[in-house]
Amino acid sequence: MSIPMMGEPRDRVDGRAKVTGTAKYAAEYNPPGIVHAVVVPATIASGTISAIDVSEAKKAAGVIAVISHLNAPKIDSLQGGNFAEPHLIPFNDNSVHYVGQQVAVVVADTIEHATHGAELVKVKYSEQAARTDMNALRHEAKDKASQQAPPLSKGDADDAFASAPVKVDHVYRTPYEHHHPMEAHSIVVIWDDDHVTLHDSSQNIFAVRGLIARAFSIPRENVHILSPFVGGAFGSKGSSWPHVLIAAIAGHEVKRPVKLWLPRKQLFFTNGHRPETEQRVALGATPDGKLVSVIHEGISQSNAVCEYNERFSRPTRVMYATPHMDVSNLVVELNVSSPTYMRAPGENPGMFALESAMDELAVALKMDPLQLRLVNYAETDPSNGKPWSSKSLRECYSQAAERFGWSKRNGEPRSMRAGRWLIGQGMASATYPSHRSPASCRARMNADGTATISSGSHEMGMGTATVMSQLAAATLGIPAERVRFEYGDTNLPQAPISAGSMTAASVGTAVYEASTALKKKLIDLNNGAEVSDYATLLHAHYLPSVEVQVDSKPDPEAEKFSSQAFGCHFAEVAVDPDLGIVRLQRMVSAFAGGRILNEKTAHSQLLGGIVMGIGMALSEETHLDRRNGSFTNINFGEYLVPVNADVRNIDVILVPEEDPHVNPIGAKGLGEIGIVGVAPSIVNAVYHATGKRVRDLPVTLDKLL
Amino acid sequence: MKPEPGPYATSVSLNVNGNVHDLRLDPRTTLLDALRENLDLTGTKKGCDQGACGACTVLVDGRRVNSCLTLAVMHGGQKIVTVEGLAQGEHLHPVQAAFIRNDGFQCGYCTPGQICSAVALLHEGHTGSDEEIRTWMSGNICRCGAYTNIVAAIREAEKNGGANAPV
Repeated sequence: MSIPMMGEPRDRVDGRAKVTGTAKYAAEYNPPGIVHAVVVPATIASGTISAIDVSEAKKAAGVIAVISHLNAPKIDSLQGGNFAEPHLIPFNDNSVHYVGQQVAVVVADTIEHATHGAELVKVKYSEQAARTDMNALRHEAKDKASQQAPPLSKGDADDAFASAPVKVDHVYRTPYEHHHPMEAHSIVVIWDDDHVTLHDSSQNIFAVRGLIARAFSIPRENVHILSPFVGGAFGSKGSSWPHVLIAAIAGHEVKRPVKLWLPRKQLFFTNGHRPETEQRVALGATPDGKLVSVIHEGISQSNAVCEYNERFSRPTRVMYATPHMDVSNLVVELNVSSPTYMRAPGENPGMFALESAMDELAVALKMDPLQLRLVNYAETDPSNGKPWSSKSLRECYSQAAERFGWSKRNGEPRSMRAGRWLIGQGMASATYPSHRSPASCRARMNADGTATISSGSHEMGMGTATVMSQLAAATLGIPAERVRFEYGDTNLPQAPISAGSMTAASVGTAVYEASTALKKKLIDLNNGAEVSDYATLLHAHYLPSVEVQVDSKPDPEAEKFSSQAFGCHFAEVAVDPDLGIVRLQRMVSAFAGGRILNEKTAHSQLLGGIVMGIGMALSEETHLDRRNGSFTNINFGEYLVPVNADVRNIDVILVPEEDPHVNPIGAKGLGEIGIVGVAPSIVNAVYHATGKRVRDLPVTLDKLL
Repeated sequence: MKPEPGPYATSVSLNVNGNVHDLRLDPRTTLLDALRENLDLTGTKKGCDQGACGACTVLVDGRRVNSCLTLAVMHGGQKIVTVEGLAQGEHLHPVQAAFIRNDGFQCGYCTPGQICSAVALLHEGHTGSDEEIRTWMSGNICRCGAYTNIVAAIREAEKNGGANAPV
């Protein structure tokens, strides 16, 4: 294979567009006659709409239409697609299931008029008692959408735990968190008779196409989705949310192009969140640290209109060798907006619980936390006994520990100081599964010797456009500058959702296979000889271009292996003993994710995951007012994502790893694993600094006083 | 054809990147919306529309301003510079070039604000230490988490004369 194991650290191909402001995001298309839509959110958590008074709104300057369930066209079932709320089709009836649910939309000629018009819509409700307290309703916890991580029992975990010589058994909690891509969900809809174009901000344009086609009963060919730049997503733009349909309905009704930009506070309610979780982890071990029983169970928030289950027990299935294991995750349905996958769903909150518990077990055993992990290193997948396609976690541990200086750590809590600050060091492991989905790609050699590679994938900042160009260039044997990668358009060959860390594996493999097929076709054209100059070859044959298309599918052979990326984090914190302030001083993280397609973008992606993990550890939490079911801190002033001053000295190590089994290009994906394990490494460091164990995130100073 | 800006329409003359635009605006129009919706200068981004994220940062008479928190009609006659106005033709501003080389962004949505903020920061002289840069860049949120690369980019831009580049 001509693709290097460590891809050249090339600058992003879309860099110039992004630094000069010419990169156009969804809401930045202004076709002639465009009008603006502003949604009206519900103010109750449960009940029905008894009346909507639109008289004032309709009289207001510039208002063109007010649309709600009273006058909207009805949509048949949307189940089975990737619509986030299959049991709540916008404007189909008068039911209200959560605060913030979009119950009407105002369309006007300017943003100012639409915003004012929306404020004039008066909605009357018949309110019912809302279900808002997960703790109080725990007896109603149920299994849901668990096909991706069904409960797993191995041996007899309860018996083994009861008789284990050393054990820890605690409950860990993670709060509601929101994705907060910097680009809010936004869309421009342009209808032309029974054809429609959507400039959407999406991680899954082909699913949006299917959704619109089904909702409006038009052929998929009539629907064109464009999403060349996505201003961050982190999972929140993977499913289609109600505003997509609402904007499409609005455009259909007013027969003008419609722009809909969701206000930041609205994003807290209608575009997904990481649900609150409550997880029990019980670990039983022998005195020398060998795990004999692992129990991981608990509940998370869901609701009646979505099909989401935060599968936090998933990483526990694969992380450590144990003869007895019992893992499951149930949901409690509340009148709270719909949760969805957020960067490393399942793995991220789950590893907070598991890796905190491992630290507690190390304390109980009086054993070094890293040594405990090595003692329980899983040589095969503990959940099914399959061999790993590759696993380099030992190398990650050793390289990160070495660079961090872990061997100099005094294991005793409160034993290290810098002036009056308490210093603590903690570590945790990271893992995320490697998935691959079918993807298609067209590869074309042009007459001038440049190549155009096309697959309808997405660029949310992961570096898709850059790494795909590099992959094709390396395969074809031409400079990367001579390759252009086309994406973000449903008129291109179909690509899967960009989520679950699978774009490199899925689209990357399709690009590799299409480029390989193109190269072969060109060599055939050259009578079997290697081609030194493609332009000359095409010229000689009077060909304007040569092209191939490949439909790439996962190989069933890969199922013989379990495939996970692995890594680890070592964190050092300083804690003010009087004020409880926690400062992350430095972090060393190492990851093995198979072939790295671009060293620079890979590094950045992992760094980004770590930064989001710092927020999860120390500041991020959406507060739910359980009296009325509303989130309360619905702005960046009160929902604290990390800022520049919070982040310093992060050292990311990319451990080389060759994986011949996971997929043809041997890339495991890096989008999620960066965040996994960050929070427990910091929490474990806080314990080491203070002797205080925080089991409910985030570690705010009140929990340390 | 731009829509009728309502009964209280106000005239304003905005000087953006050296070009003067005579506009009739609804007086509630923010500087941000005037740039994006009326002048089609969409490089300036709408992140939170509440003055809390910095994505909409532009330079007004050389000072960084959250353009979502100020009304367009208040800025007649002032010199407004947006991300579109930083490059000299094909020649990128040193801050822009350094952001590319140091991978100071991922999705790119906060980037115009980060860059405008960084240009002002260099003029303000807040580059005494990495800590000082981090503090004075903390009004610009990057959810992709490119902060350490942003600091590296600002350091490099400073070396390459970023503080003296024409704006």
